[in-house]
Amino acid sequence: MFGWIIKRDLLLAMRRQSDVLTTLFFFIIVVSLFPLSVGPEMNMLRTMAPGVVWVAALLASMLSLGRMFSNDYLDGTLEQMLLSPQSLSLLVLGKALAHWLVTGVPLVLMAPILGIQYDLPAEALYVLTTTLLLGTPVLSLIGSIGAALTLGLRGGGVLVSLLVLPLYIPVLIFGAGAVEANMAGVGFNAHLSLIGAFLLVSLVFAPWATASSLRVSLE
Amino acid sequence: MLQGINLACIRGDRELFKNINFSLEAGGLMQVHGPNGSGKTSLLRMLCGLSNPAAGEIHWCGTAIRSLDGDYFAAVTYIGHLSGTKDDLTVIENLCISSALAGFEISVDQASEALKYMGLSERESLPVKVLSQGQRRRVALARLLICKTPLWILDEPLVALDVMAVKLIQGLLEQHLQQGGLVVMTTHQEIEITTAPVMQLQLA
Amino acid sequence: MAINWFKYSSPASFYFLAGKMIPIFVFAAVILLIAGLYVGFFVAPTDFQQGEAYRIIFIHVPAAWMSMFLYVVMAFWAGIGLAFNTRLSSMFATAIAPTGAMFTFIALWTGALWGKPMWGTWWVWDARLTSELILLFLYIGFMSLQAAIDDPRRADKAGAIIALVGVVNIPIIYFSVQWWNTLHQGASVSINQAPSMATTMLMGMLIMVLASWMYSIAVILKRARVIILERESHTAWVAELRKKGAEQ
Repeated sequence: MFGWIIKRDLLLAMRRQSDVLTTLFFFIIVVSLFPLSVGPEMNMLRTMAPGVVWVAALLASMLSLGRMFSNDYLDGTLEQMLLSPQSLSLLVLGKALAHWLVTGVPLVLMAPILGIQYDLPAEALYVLTTTLLLGTPVLSLIGSIGAALTLGLRGGGVLVSLLVLPLYIPVLIFGAGAVEANMAGVGFNAHLSLIGAFLLVSLVFAPWATASSLRVSLE
Repeated sequence: MLQGINLACIRGDRELFKNINFSLEAGGLMQVHGPNGSGKTSLLRMLCGLSNPAAGEIHWCGTAIRSLDGDYFAAVTYIGHLSGTKDDLTVIENLCISSALAGFEISVDQASEALKYMGLSERESLPVKVLSQGQRRRVALARLLICKTPLWILDEPLVALDVMAVKLIQGLLEQHLQQGGLVVMTTHQEIEITTAPVMQLQLA
Repeated sequence: MAINWFKYSSPASFYFLAGKMIPIFVFAAVILLIAGLYVGFFVAPTDFQQGEAYRIIFIHVPAAWMSMFLYVVMAFWAGIGLAFNTRLSSMFATAIAPTGAMFTFIALWTGALWGKPMWGTWWVWDARLTSELILLFLYIGFMSLQAAIDDPRRADKAGAIIALVGVVNIPIIYFSVQWWNTLHQGASVSINQAPSMATTMLMGMLIMVLASWMYSIAVILKRARVIILERESHTAWVAELRKKGAEQ
C-alpha cells in the first residue's frame, strides 16, 4: 500500500516531467537573482549563501505543495484514498515521501552547484547539502498539512504560504545556521541533530495532522 | 445489515433532508430518488463514511460506522461522480493501482480480464486522457469486478454509458445481489432488476 | 435529546447570558484602565536609566502577554470544538483571533516606539520582537484560513487543526529564534537585563494586565454574540429576536 502510493506518484511525476523541472528551475533562478540585486562582491555573497539557498529551497518546496493533493482531489482519486481500509496517515506519509523524492531531492542535488556560484568552500558545500538532505523532508511533511487544509479553496496557493512559511522557520534557522557555524569554524553537529529531531517529530505528527485535515476538507 | 437512523443533512444554512430512516438487508438494492440538489450525493457520501450526518447514525451489521473506521471501509466500494482515474496513467495501470489502494492487489492478467469484460481490452495500454466519457466510466466500474466487497455505493453509475454497457452493469448488479451483496445507488435512468426486491428512497 | 440540546439550544442560551455579562466586563475594563494608566503615568517614579520613555511598558508588556495567552486560549477552545464537536467552543476560538492579533500588533508597535529612544532604531531583531512577529503571522494564517472557507463547520475544524499545529510549534519557534538571536547579537542592548522593578511600576502593570483581560473578555463575548446570530440566522429563536427588534 505504502509502496503502491509512492510508485503511483513517481510514475505520475515521470509522465509530467515539466512539473518537476519547473520547481528546480525556480530554485535556480531565485538563487541567481541575489547576486544581481546585491552586487557581485564575493565576501558578502559567501556570508549570504547559506541563507539564500535555504530560503530559495523553502519557496521552491512550498510552490509545489499545491500539486500534492489538488490533482487527486479534482479527479476523485483522493476520495478513493480516504475510503481505503488502510491507515490514511500511512498513505499521507507515502505521498509526502513521494513529494520529497520529486521536489526535495533535485534541490539537494542542485545545491552544491549553486553553492559554487557563491564561492562556498568545499566543506561548507558538504554541510549545506547535508542540512538540505535532512531538512527538505521536514518541509514536505509540514507542507502537507497546509496543502490538505487549503484543498479546493479559492486563493489556496497564497493561503498555503501564509500557513506554512511561519512553521518552516526553525528548519530555516538551523539549516542555514549549520553552514554559517561551519564557515565560522565552529562545530555544526548540534544543528544537524536538531534538524534530525525536527524530522523525527514531523514524521510522527505531520501525517496524522494531514490525514485529519484531508477528512475535514473532503467532508 | 445497513441501517440509517434519523439521518439529517445541512449544507450551509439549508437543511437538505432530515429524518431519513431505512434498513437494507443482504441481497437488497436501494435506489435513492430526488430532484437535483435534494441531497442524493450527500446521502451517499454519508453512507460511505466520507462525511458525518448532521444528526442521526448509520449502522453496519448493528455497529455505528463511526466506530468501525477501517473495517467499514474494507466492506464498501464507492463509485462517485468523479471517475477516480488518473489521466496520465494507462487504463490497466489505473485499475491495478486503484484496486491496490482499495486493498485488493491484483495481477496484470486479472486486470486484463476485468477490462476485457468491460469491453476495453483493446485500450488497455492507452492513457485514460484519450478515452471518451463512457469509456472512462467503464474503467471506473471495472473495479466492481475486482473489489469483492459486500456493499456497493454507486452514484449515477449509468451516466454516459451506452445500451450495451448498461446491460453489462445490470448483469453485474444482479449477480452481486444474488451472492448476498448490498447496493445503494442513484440513477436517473430506468434500471430493471428482476432477481431482487428494489427498495425506493425518495428525497424531497 | 441530549445532543440536540448541545447543538441547537446552547448557543441561544449563551447568547442571552453573554448579553447580560458584557456590561459588567466593559465597566470593569474602563475602571481598571483608568486606574492603571493613572498609576503608570502619574504615580510610578521616573526610571533613572530610561527616563520617561519607559512608561510605554504599561501598554507594551500587557499587550505582549495577552497576545500569547490568547493564542493558547484560542487553540484550546478550537481543540475542544474539534474533539467534542461543540459548536460554541469553535465560535469562541473564531471570536478570540482578531483580539489576539490586535494585541500582537500593539505589542509590536509599542515595541518599535520604545526601541527608537532606547536603541536609536525602530526595529531590532531581538528574540522577543521576532517571536512576536511570527505570532502575528500565525494569527493571520488562522484568520485567513477561516475566512477562505465558506462552510462554517469546515472552517471551524480546519482552523482548529492549524491552531493546534501552531501551539505545538510555538515553543519550537521561540526556542529557535532565541538561539538564533544569541548567535547573531553582538554587544547591543538586550531587554533581558531590565533592572528590578519598583513596586508601583509592578502594580501599574498588573492593573493594566487585568484591564486587558476584562477588555478582551468583553470584546470576545460581543463578537461571539455576533457570530452566533450569523450562524443561527435560520433558527426560530433568531427569527423571534428579529421580530422583536422590528417592533421596537
